[in-house]
Amino acid sequence: MKTRSGHSTKFTLLGVGVLLLLLLNIALGSVYIPLSAIFKVIAGDDSIREAWTYIILDYRIPKALAAVMTGSGLAVAGLMMQTLFKNPLAGPFVLGISSGASLGVAFFILGGSALGLTAILQVHGWGTIIAASLGSFTVLSVVIAVASRVRDAMALLIIGLMFGSLTSAVVSILAYFSPAEELQRYMFWSFGSLGDISWAALGILSLCYCIGIGLAFSITKNLNSLLLGDHYAQTLGVSLQRSRFVILISTSILAGSLTAFVGPIAFVGLAVPHLIRQWFTASNHWTLIPACILGGAVLMLLCDILAQLPGLPITLPINAITSLIGAPIVIWLLIRKKKLLF
Amino acid sequence: MSSTQKHSVLATKNLAVGYGKAEKETVVNTINLELKAGSFVTMVGINGSGKSTLLRTLAGLQEPLEGEIFLEGKPLNKLDAATKSLNISVVLTSQVISKNLTVLELVSLGRQPYTNWLGKLTEEDKAEIQAALAATELENLKHKACYALSDGQLQRALIARALAQNTEVILLDEPTTHLDLHHKASIFSLLKKIARQQQKTILCTTHDIELVLSLCDELIVLHNNTAIQNTPEALIEQGIFENLFPGTNVYFDKTSRRFLIC
Repeated sequence: MKTRSGHSTKFTLLGVGVLLLLLLNIALGSVYIPLSAIFKVIAGDDSIREAWTYIILDYRIPKALAAVMTGSGLAVAGLMMQTLFKNPLAGPFVLGISSGASLGVAFFILGGSALGLTAILQVHGWGTIIAASLGSFTVLSVVIAVASRVRDAMALLIIGLMFGSLTSAVVSILAYFSPAEELQRYMFWSFGSLGDISWAALGILSLCYCIGIGLAFSITKNLNSLLLGDHYAQTLGVSLQRSRFVILISTSILAGSLTAFVGPIAFVGLAVPHLIRQWFTASNHWTLIPACILGGAVLMLLCDILAQLPGLPITLPINAITSLIGAPIVIWLLIRKKKLLF
Repeated sequence: MSSTQKHSVLATKNLAVGYGKAEKETVVNTINLELKAGSFVTMVGINGSGKSTLLRTLAGLQEPLEGEIFLEGKPLNKLDAATKSLNISVVLTSQVISKNLTVLELVSLGRQPYTNWLGKLTEEDKAEIQAALAATELENLKHKACYALSDGQLQRALIARALAQNTEVILLDEPTTHLDLHHKASIFSLLKKIARQQQKTILCTTHDIELVLSLCDELIVLHNNTAIQNTPEALIEQGIFENLFPGTNVYFDKTSRRFLIC
């Protein structure tokens, strides 16, 4: 395995990139706020206009932090999926995990009103997060169960796509019977939005994020063994069941909680691990996971800067932007390398 | 060193292997084998005779249907995964491995059972990796990615990984498939050399019976759902190979030790 020091330049670049984009992300937005004012607000200076202070502290900073967690969390989840399934196309979105989260949220927002649950659970944001996590966990369990039977990568992919179709079918049925107001709430959730996050929600999200990332680091050595396939991993002393379970839990907590708070975000989980692998030319997860954390954050901050269209009073759906950027990246990687490897 | 002095490393007692839990489908039964330290043993049999199934069962990757496997006299199923990984390594051809790995990374993964939870390689680990690369003549290729290797080179890299794991027993499943005659011969010679020099117990399944007849210490022939273990000479004497293939297309010529097609 290549030593860390060989990658230190790239890590430094990514780290600087995250910091710069974080600052840029906070500095840019619909309202122009001078950079000096931003520094003063962060430093706790209260001589700045109250509206600016509010925008920066209660809107832009939580949004930027949410972008960092979303990008890095989804990238790590995608990386683990690709290694676990030995499939370069695996990712929280492609394998139907995000669809599962959508289904969970659809049941909660659209179906929950009938049971009167929504109003109670909506208050602290736990309702959506539990629904999304349960949905993604359920789908991932089914995918894992199927994956142990069919080893064919193509079959898994088709199953993921089928889950996508099933989800949209169920959502359509739920939508048909739902009042317009709830339908709109679900639609807005599905566009993805980093902006509607409060500090309280950010706290919940950080907790889930830390647990998910922590679990990923706890299983990193086994992820390296899994690069050789299940049989080799077992003869290297890896408990397949335990590893699969930990990866499953970590991925569904990450993908589930992130999808719940910011909506389904496409392509970050798929594209970032591939970009990182190619740039670092590494396979060691002790390099890849930290690199994906930084790389995912960079991509997501960038997408968010584009989505908020600096200077204009409108914000585009973040899910559309990640697709617009992510899909060409994957196509470009395929054309350049002829094939994607996990 | 005569065979009586060597101790038995891997042995089976009335072992039956196959598939299924509720409805058992036995492929090979009453297998009584004994693999001694420092011996190079090959396993032959027609397609579907259960070579890979038996190999996987010996590696602990599959549950035996009946009977027991003993590693150094201890029942294999009583050992935990960590202990097994220190004693048995495998070379499998059917596994999908990450082709992004470089040869060095691949071989280094053989040290996973010895490293801490960070997977940090100690000086001893690095020395073992270096020795494995040297034994398989891969030093010049160590920074190459697996997707850029030829079939023969990849096979050698997989063998090097097993060597780096430094286990008493190495089990190989058809390591010479897709290789030309030259590379087949070099793999078999390498395995024999490793068995002799490092006193490893090597069991390797193959279809290249003619080649291994002159190279291996013993053969395990899977035929008619049973396993026969003996030296090449004794097996030829017993006329085992004459009946190995069904039908009359292929027969075995004792004097030239070759299969001929009529």
